[in-house]
Amino acid sequence: MGEIGDILAKYDVLAAFGMTVYLTVFSAVGALLLGTVLAIMRVSPVGVLRSLGAFYVNTVRNTPLTLILVFCSLGVFFILQLNLEPASSPTFLRDNAIRWAIVGLAAYHAAFVCEALRSGVNTVPAGQAEAARSIGLTFGQSLREVILPQAFRGAIAPLGSVLIALTKNTTVASIVSVSEASALMKVIIENETAGTAVFLVFAIGFVVLTLPVGMLFTTLSRRLAVKR
Amino acid sequence: MTTRRWGALAATAAVALGLAACGSDAGNTGSGGDGGDSGGGSGLKVGIKFDQPGMGLKKGTEYSGMDVDVATYIAKELGTEAGDIQWVQAPSAQRETLISTGQVDIVVATYSITDARKEKVSFAGPYFVAGQDLLVRADDSSVTGPDALDGKKLCSVTGSTSAQNVKEDVPGVQLQEFATYSECLPALANGGVDALTTDDTILAGYASQEEYKGKFKVVGQPFSEERYGVGLKKGDTALCEKVNAAITKMVTDGAWQKAIDDNLGPAGYKPGAGNPPTPDACS
Repeated sequence: MGEIGDILAKYDVLAAFGMTVYLTVFSAVGALLLGTVLAIMRVSPVGVLRSLGAFYVNTVRNTPLTLILVFCSLGVFFILQLNLEPASSPTFLRDNAIRWAIVGLAAYHAAFVCEALRSGVNTVPAGQAEAARSIGLTFGQSLREVILPQAFRGAIAPLGSVLIALTKNTTVASIVSVSEASALMKVIIENETAGTAVFLVFAIGFVVLTLPVGMLFTTLSRRLAVKR
Repeated sequence: MTTRRWGALAATAAVALGLAACGSDAGNTGSGGDGGDSGGGSGLKVGIKFDQPGMGLKKGTEYSGMDVDVATYIAKELGTEAGDIQWVQAPSAQRETLISTGQVDIVVATYSITDARKEKVSFAGPYFVAGQDLLVRADDSSVTGPDALDGKKLCSVTGSTSAQNVKEDVPGVQLQEFATYSECLPALANGGVDALTTDDTILAGYASQEEYKGKFKVVGQPFSEERYGVGLKKGDTALCEKVNAAITKMVTDGAWQKAIDDNLGPAGYKPGAGNPPTPDACS
């Protein structure tokens, strides 16, 4: 397997996977925040909010990620010229590409986080919500103090799946100028031609990233789930 | 927010949708090629680009471009009529795999001959010598060559040799890399990037597209040499000799010049030094 050694020596594979991790972490935080808001909208007693939440989830979830990222980059950044970094910056294009990719990834995965959380809400017996309301808690209070803490604990396993999917979906960002793992893979294929070694390096890289995440979330879901 | 911007935005949405369509298209083509194969036809399977105007372009069921004309000529010399050729999409990253697994017989897809590639496949030709160049807005005279790119914004395709070359030679350049050159064009037209770089043949093809006519110009200072070859299964010298003979014949009987005039002429493109090339010896 000398070929793998050559690739690792010649190219900065670690830095490329570093960018993959960077994209994953920031998009995950964004998706978790937006997804939580969406989930609250979807279980709220206000009809308009429920419809809005459902509309967002159904639209975004059924749009290809490629389309969303190209729209963020070409449409919003290049044509509407909304910058997330001042135009005077020497890394103007690079930083905008990364930030808009994070926005796109977060917006897309928020739909999945929302549905995962909603499934978590469904694990909380209806009696708990009724009891919370009957002792005088408002909708907000009962959500914050009673429903959501249990919903998050019940939704850990599906949230882990979303995170793993997100890690792998960051590869789509290579088409909007983010130099993460799959962009480096394209460079290597261009220079060295495609081969088993290239495939193995990147396949193993992603397994190293996602397998521990999966194991961690499985353990967490077992330990943190509300025993009923 | 001006109306023009919304118009441009709508155009982008159309580009993006087109991309999605391309994606599904590629899948269909793969299976379609396999289906044709089991039919037992004697047709030659030729890998070309489907998305490069002027070189290899699929529009509906029609194929056009310099690569298509060269491949058709070679196929005729090998005994396959134009109607019997099976066209297979050969994106850059898949060319070696398509050849080594036998999904195509020859690849004529802006395929530069390099030493790294020679380890996986064999090349006949070259049938054309292109060079890396820059495409800029027609009214922009500030970009005159690669040296003028310092501090400018340049667009190319993720991982392409062209992008890597410029990154090495002009570290001060800001690089935007899309999946295909088609996405660079709206950004260039809009002023989001200052130049687009790749082989001059491909640039000429884009410049002569109907919707961009008169908007862009090719700078005309090639700064690399790309020798386009015909990719074949490694070690198939017999086929290589035949293809080389076909290329030589194409140059001498004038069909080569006609293919260039037909496909790249509208952009005012003139082949650079080294054309027409003499095919290398087969090995």
